[in-house]
Amino acid sequence: MPASEPATRTLISPAQLNRPRGRAVYWTVFTVVVCVFTLVFLGPLYWMVTGGLKSTQEIIQNPPTLFPRHPEPGTYVAAWRHLDMTRLLLNSVYYAFGALLFQLVFDVAAAYALSHLRPVFGRAILGLMLATLMIPAAVLIVPQYLTVVDLPIVHIGLINTPWAIWLPTVANAFNIFLLKRFFDSIPADLLAAAAVDGATPAQALRLVVLPMSRPILGVVSIFAVVNVWKDFLWPFLVEPDPTRQPVNIGINSLALNVSQNEIIAGLTIASVPTIILFLIFQRNIMAGLTAGGLKG
Amino acid sequence: MAALTVSPRTAEPRTPSTGPRTRGRGGRRIRDNLTAHGFLLGAVVCFALFSWYPMVREFVMTFQRTRRGRTTWVGWHNFIQVSHDPAFWQAWRNTVEFTLLALVFGFALPFGVAIVLNEIRHARAYLRILVYLPVMLPPVASVLLFKYFFNPDSGLFNAVLRVLHLPTSQWLNSAATAMPSVVIAATWMNMGSAVLIYLASLQNIPGELYEAAELDGARLLRRVWHVTIPQTRLILSLMLLLQIVATMQVFTETFLLTGGDGPKGSTTTVVYLIYNYAFNFNNYGGAAALSVVMLLVLTGFSALYVRLSREGG
Repeated sequence: MPASEPATRTLISPAQLNRPRGRAVYWTVFTVVVCVFTLVFLGPLYWMVTGGLKSTQEIIQNPPTLFPRHPEPGTYVAAWRHLDMTRLLLNSVYYAFGALLFQLVFDVAAAYALSHLRPVFGRAILGLMLATLMIPAAVLIVPQYLTVVDLPIVHIGLINTPWAIWLPTVANAFNIFLLKRFFDSIPADLLAAAAVDGATPAQALRLVVLPMSRPILGVVSIFAVVNVWKDFLWPFLVEPDPTRQPVNIGINSLALNVSQNEIIAGLTIASVPTIILFLIFQRNIMAGLTAGGLKG
Repeated sequence: MAALTVSPRTAEPRTPSTGPRTRGRGGRRIRDNLTAHGFLLGAVVCFALFSWYPMVREFVMTFQRTRRGRTTWVGWHNFIQVSHDPAFWQAWRNTVEFTLLALVFGFALPFGVAIVLNEIRHARAYLRILVYLPVMLPPVASVLLFKYFFNPDSGLFNAVLRVLHLPTSQWLNSAATAMPSVVIAATWMNMGSAVLIYLASLQNIPGELYEAAELDGARLLRRVWHVTIPQTRLILSLMLLLQIVATMQVFTETFLLTGGDGPKGSTTTVVYLIYNYAFNFNNYGGAAALSVVMLLVLTGFSALYVRLSREGG
């Protein structure tokens, strides 16, 4: 067995795998798994990328063609123009990174305060925040929407502004939970030492806590960006102006007026940023899934 | 983030007023508390505006009716009205059907896939990336793709079935198959995260347990049943609850695939009905009543989840 063999044994013992019969079964299963996975998970993406190269007749042809007969890269150019991809993508980037910034600033500060500054009512505030984990998101959509239409007390409407997307993402109890749990593991002595050296709480946060928290900040950041990029119902409700819609909503609302191959080209373009993000950060994403996912 | 590189020395000498003698102990406590609450302020305001206040408002709205800008108290009227809507019961039936179907596919399948992947010694990174790839796609891309695949005339699925000489399907166009089709698409889109979470928990099973079971003569399936499943029981039950809560809130998939209601209302889900009441009928009270019913149903599952994850943490 090559070096990629895991250190611990699993369901099937290495001895069993090394027998000739074990090997034959292993390689058969391996081949089947690789083929099926490639077909099931890459197949649709292949169809999408090549679909954008097909002509309007070829794409609805029955049976579908495996390779585009006369590849037309011009479809991608036309899709970019007709779907106004520049604006849609820029909107998505603007919403995603704005949301990231607000979450990093507000949620990190709050988690730090709850973890190390321990103000009065801190436990109650934390409890109220974590309690929102029990409320399914879809249930709050209507009152949240009405709140955004007309904010209480100040009576400002946020519809068609980026604030309607940015600010609600800060109310993310899961971020608070993850960050606070991480900050709790930073020894209080370290912060006490910083305080003795005359560091204010803000300086301690910036110079002691944040440099130690890179892994958890990475997890929070990636999910902050991906969640906004993937969200559908909320931006659909609060950004009705077509010029302000993120890519997810924009393509869908323009889908009726554009030919099918251009839509598919548009979908490919819309998928590229998250796929690249995923390929770059796959380690952090996968670590974040299991770190954040289930332990309480 | 650039500020991280500032050396600690530069920040030190200032802040003369922090000396403990300039104020009493009480004054210092108050000041420390003010600082701490300053750090909390941004998040607390956002939670108050977008979580806590809407929650309270939701319960208030269930007893109100707003017509032409005038709000009146109507008691239990909204609940009664909603429960007399035939779509209410259909939406719940559809939602439960979706959840059960999604559990069969979306719960058992990822676990099986994870067990197989855990045994594979080659191309592990490649397979992992493949499974998770759909999770990263914008939903509009995956959903519209499947909408094209499901097309009974020109779609890929029927073309494949024809090549294999199998009976074709109407997929999204028939009331009987619309919901199962949505489940297929949703499973493809979402199963990646479950697979990776199971995979991580499978890797934490001590190898000795398998060795011991093998010495006792336990064959493959018995080892799965007596070692793998008991060892991952906590994760399995947490994921089950999580998936119930998530799938019962299905909206985007049905909304994009079938326009929300589907043939003869066969894909109308509870969240779509809430959406319809609020944004098509302008009946916010009814929408709030529907939401509260859903909240009560799902809170049970969420509460169980929180308890289990505390115990097992």
